[in-house]
Formats: sequence, C-alpha cells, structure tokens
Amino acid sequence: MIEIDDLSFAYGAMRMRFSLCVRPKECLALIGPSGAGKSTLLSLIAGFETPLDGRVSVDGVDVGAMRPDQRPMTTLFQEHNLFSHLSVEQNIGLALHPGLKLTSAHRREIDEALERVDLAGLNRRFPAALSGGQRQRVALARTLARRKPVLLLDEPFSALDPPLRRSMLDLVNDIRRDRGLTIIMVSHLPDDAAQIAERTAFIDAGEVVGVYETSLLFSDTPPPEIAGYMFRPAK
Amino acid sequence: MTQRAARPVSVAGLLPGAAAVAWVIGLIGLPILTLAAAAPTGRIVETLGDPYVRHVAWFSLWQAALSMALSLALAVPVAAALARRRRLVGVAMLLRLFNLALVAPAMIAILGIAAIHGHSGWVNQLLGVAGVEGSHYLYGLPGILLAHVFFNMPLATRVFLQAIESVPPENWRLASQLGMGPWAIFQLIDWPAIRRVLPGVAGAIFMLCFTSFAVVLTLGGGPWATTIEVAIYQALRLEFDIARAVTLAGVQLTACVLLSAVFLCLARGGGGILATERRAFARPDTDHPMTRSVDAAALLLALGVVVAPLAAVLIAGVNGASVAVLQDQVLWRAAGRSLSVALLAGALSLALGLGLLHGARMVRAEHGRVGLAGAMELVGLLPLITPPLMLAAGLFLLLRPYADVLAVGLYLTIAVNALMGLPFVLRIVAPAMRRADEETSRLCLDLGIRGWNRFRLVDWPLIRGAAGLALAIAATLAAGDMGVIALFGSQDTETLPLLLYRRMGPIRWTPPQ
Repeated sequence: MIEIDDLSFAYGAMRMRFSLCVRPKECLALIGPSGAGKSTLLSLIAGFETPLDGRVSVDGVDVGAMRPDQRPMTTLFQEHNLFSHLSVEQNIGLALHPGLKLTSAHRREIDEALERVDLAGLNRRFPAALSGGQRQRVALARTLARRKPVLLLDEPFSALDPPLRRSMLDLVNDIRRDRGLTIIMVSHLPDDAAQIAERTAFIDAGEVVGVYETSLLFSDTPPPEIAGYMFRPAK
Repeated sequence: MTQRAARPVSVAGLLPGAAAVAWVIGLIGLPILTLAAAAPTGRIVETLGDPYVRHVAWFSLWQAALSMALSLALAVPVAAALARRRRLVGVAMLLRLFNLALVAPAMIAILGIAAIHGHSGWVNQLLGVAGVEGSHYLYGLPGILLAHVFFNMPLATRVFLQAIESVPPENWRLASQLGMGPWAIFQLIDWPAIRRVLPGVAGAIFMLCFTSFAVVLTLGGGPWATTIEVAIYQALRLEFDIARAVTLAGVQLTACVLLSAVFLCLARGGGGILATERRAFARPDTDHPMTRSVDAAALLLALGVVVAPLAAVLIAGVNGASVAVLQDQVLWRAAGRSLSVALLAGALSLALGLGLLHGARMVRAEHGRVGLAGAMELVGLLPLITPPLMLAAGLFLLLRPYADVLAVGLYLTIAVNALMGLPFVLRIVAPAMRRADEETSRLCLDLGIRGWNRFRLVDWPLIRGAAGLALAIAATLAAGDMGVIALFGSQDTETLPLLLYRRMGPIRWTPPQ
C-alpha cells in the first residue's frame, strides 16, 4: 500500500498538493490534462523532486529520507531509459551492480530478464541498433532485474504506435501478475488506463480530483467532473 | 523553486569540486594579496604619477583598441564571404587554418610574421624586385597590430560566421522571394546576426590585446611601444623595481576588472533566435557580380593576413632543418620541457574543469543550491580577468623568500598555464556535461549510480570527446606560453618559446632615460 499524504510542491507559480492511496498489487492510472502535475506527482513519489511538505509511505514506511535508488520502486521514463554508450547487457547489468562488476549469476539473471521481454540473445546490441519498442523492452527487462515491488510508468510507451503500445501494456500486465507488482502509470490516453488499470485517478491543476473504477470512466454515466475531459457527450 | 533538504548527502562527493575551487581561488588570491601587501604605500602615488607608467597604460589601451577595431573590421567581410562561399574549394581548409591561428604559439606566429614583414621578408623582397626601396615597418605599433590581427581576426571571423549560419534558413527563402539584392541581404540579415555577437567578441579581443605579452615583447621594439604586461616583466626581471611592478600589476588588475564589467554589460541581452524549420535554403546572393569581387578581395586578404605567416613558418622550417639543427641538444631539451609543461598543464586544467563541473552539479542536484553552483562555474572564468604576468609577478614575490623562483620556474609555469586554460576547458566540456546530465541524471538516480561509478560508466564515455579536445587546446596554449616562462625561465628551464625568443635576437630593451 502506498500512501501519499498532503504532498505539496511548487513549480514556478503553480502550487500542487496531492493526496492519494494506492492499493497493494493494483495498477492505478493517473490521467488529466497536460500540465496538471501528473509527471510531477510521479517524480515526487520516486524521489526525483523534493516536496515542500507532506509524506510518501510504502507499506507504512516513510520513504521521504531515502534516495531514489533506496526506495522500493523504479521508474520507466518516456525517453532516455538506456545509456546509449552501453550495451543491452550492460544497461540491464547496472540494475544488478551499480559499478558493473557482473558475476555469472548476474549474467544468468540478465538472460532471464531478456527472455521474459522476448529479446533473448540481444545482449551485445547497443541501443542505437534497436527499435523504439525494443529499447523500452530492454528498459522493462532492467526493471525486472531490479526486483522492486513498485513500478512507476511515466508515459513510457506513448511514442509507440497503437498496436505496439497495446502489446507492451499486455507484457507489463503479465509481468505484474507474475511478480505481484504495484503499478502507478501516467498517461494522457484513456485507452491505456482501460487496458490495464483497475482504478484511475484524475489529476487537474495540481491536485487529485477523484479516484474511480476505470470501468466507470467508460460507462454511460461517467463522473460529471471528468466527463468533459474524457468524452464528448454520447448521442 | 523552493527546496527542502530532506536526505543525508555525501560530503566526500563534494571533495573534487572543493579542491578545484580552492586551487583556483588560492592561485589567484594569494598572488594578488602578495602584490597588495608588497605595495609600498608611499611610492604608489609617486609611481602612478610616473610619466612612463602612464604612457604604458595609455599605450596598452590604444594598441588594444586599434587591434580590436582592425580585427573586427576585417572579420566582417571575411565572415560574409565565407558564409556565401561555404562550398568553394579550399574554404574548409581555410577555416581549419583559422583554427590553427587561434591556438598557434605566439612565438611561432611572430616568426611567420617576421618572415613576411621583416627587413628581408617577403614584402620587402617583392618591393625590391619591383625596384622600390624596402622599409623597416615591423617593429613598433605596425608589428603589434599585424600580429594581433593574425590572432584575433580568425577568432572574430569564426564567431561571426557561426552567427550568420544560425540565421533561420527560411530567411533565405524569404530573401529570394522578395528579390533582395546583396547589399539588402547584408544589411537586413547578415549584419543583424553579426551585431548580436559583436560586443562579446569585441570585449574578448580587446582584453586579449590589452594583456598581450609575447607579441609586444618581441615586436614592440622599445620602451615606448610596451603594454603593462611587458612592463611588469621588465620591472621585475630587468630593473628589479618591485614598487613599479606592484603598481603596474595594480593598474592592470583594476583595468581588467573594469573593462570586463563594461564588456559584460554591453554583451548582455543577446537573445537567441529560433529556427522554425529544419530545411536548408540556399542564399540567393552568391552569384551576384558584386559579391563575387568583394568576396574574392576578402578571401585574398585573409590569405595574406593569416595563411601567409603560417606558410612562411612552414617553409622556413623545412629550409632550416639540417643535421646540425636536429643534433642540437639544447633544442631537444627545450622541446622535452615544453612537452612536459604542455601535457601537465593541460591535464591539470582538465582536472580542475572536471572538478568544478562535478562540484557544481553536486551542489545543484543534491543540495539544491543553484546559486552556489553558478558561482562555482564562474570561479573557472576568473582567469579571464587575471592576466598571467600579473599572477606570475605575485607568485614571484610570494615565493622569493622561500625558494629559488628560477629553479621552480617550470612548476609555476605549469600551475599558471593550467589556470589560463581553465576557461577554454569549461567552454568546451560544460555543454557536453550538461547534455550528459539531461539524458542520464534521473536514470542514475533511479539506479543509484553515484560517485566514481557514475563518472567512470556514464559521464566519461559521454564527455570523452569534448574532454580530449579541451585537453588538446589547454596543452597547446601552455606549450606556446611565452609570458610566465619569460619571468621565471633560465638556461636550465628554457622551453621552446623561450629558446626561440633568445635565438631570434630581438631588439634589446634599453631603459628610458
């Protein structure tokens, strides 16, 4: 369980204050207009930004004083997920040893992670020789190798075309089931939420407007406060 | 953005940055404090009123202003010509030679200029063939200006060309559509681009010429064509007049700080322009008969001013190479010293630059101290306003009671030259570091790659190219040093530039009556 309690932040003139509760092993989508603060909320949870006030706790433990790499979570970014000068194997290896001193056990683990994302055998490739989808899969393999219970997705697949995006989300969902992960996913596409998120939080102007069962968003009677953002009134 | 320090931060990570700051501040601060302490208060006013000191200060400003004006005035047509003739055969080569002129050791360039403009140089020989009596015009103000234009016209041209080439390409499409002629294009497109970068270049050139040492020492030709830098050297090394050296150093520092402030104010507010399209459009003014002749004249001028001296050095070198020269032990020992000075000063410069950049990143990212980080990067630019001879004079006075300054001369040369290379190192490495940061900082945070691991695995592979270039330039500048080594050098510590200076048999300086 992740509890976000009155987490406040200021970006330029914009004030933000977030409160949110994420259930164990669920996938929660964060949607809302651009500039609403979705990615900022994710950065605050991950520890890339320091909040002015408030707290984040995971299973009752306050993670506020931990560095990002010490927190029980890892992030998949929209871009720059891989070091372009390091091979696939080295990129994944960094999850196992931050100084890249890799043992044979580490190498086995890298092979397993690559197999899990259907990229077995590409260990020696460099990111430039991979497609956009393959690069994000390598990044996903690295998050597997990190063995963190919480996965934060910051629109990692939004640059991919729709069929590829759907298959990546399926892969993420399978992995979540296998590993019992909790996922928080930022997206500007309601379809993404519909595909894998049990619940969806709507973020606007620096706060959480509401958290809903995702199916409710696609029903005939969506909550009135977000109907305007998501759907044209159906005739 | 307000930030709250929430996490414990590592102190060890701040060590490289702190060490670099301490080194730079120490090596600049201690000499200045020494000079201030050595100033005999009673005689300051007296030496300030000395007509010779006043003349030297005035001449420093005057020759710098003339050098700057000439360099800029020549650079504008040359840059415009290069922008129009980018694809002409030889233009790429010419630009490479311009780069060479930027880093050419002063003594080498002076040798080339003397080979062209000296008593029996190319110009006088040509005049002789035409039956005209040759003249001695090299020593004094003309020689100083020729050399300063050789070094600084290429600098201004590079910056102007870059400014012209950053003009959004759709401007050229618009110019074709509107049927603009060459003059209109220059006035409305080229010149505004040049004017934006003009104050910055003008300031840089003025400062370089104002603190010029080697050129003025060798080509000045006498006490009445002398800059403050040269006068400091003469006061310390030839007259042992410490009061005069200290006063001159004080005047020098004051002038440098004031001039920097003025140029900084003038250069402010040069906002960038946004390219809205990525497509390239050809300039419509390349085929005009007027631009053809103007460009031909400008490029010939560039050949004469910059390429001819370089060619003269090369030819003199090939002709002069003989078994006797190549067996000259003195030459090889000097070459060995120059190589060591260059490599050590370059490496130290790079280490200082990396230390400052790393430290700035640490205090910015981990401590949220954005202002302090900016200050750390500014520390690296301090050497721009503290001329080497002034620092060397301070070190000379500081160390004289404790050590034989001539015996440790090479170490001081390395230390001061490492400092002088620092702004160039920062200029080259900082953008690469910033790019590496943008792409990898969050990933490193997420994965916990920090400290030495981060430098080894992430930063270094990404900045290696820039660091290599920075090292090369810092080392080249140090190899060509003919300022600090002139003050500290002796027979036992002679470097190549010093040897060259001695063997060129310059006009010996005689004290004024």
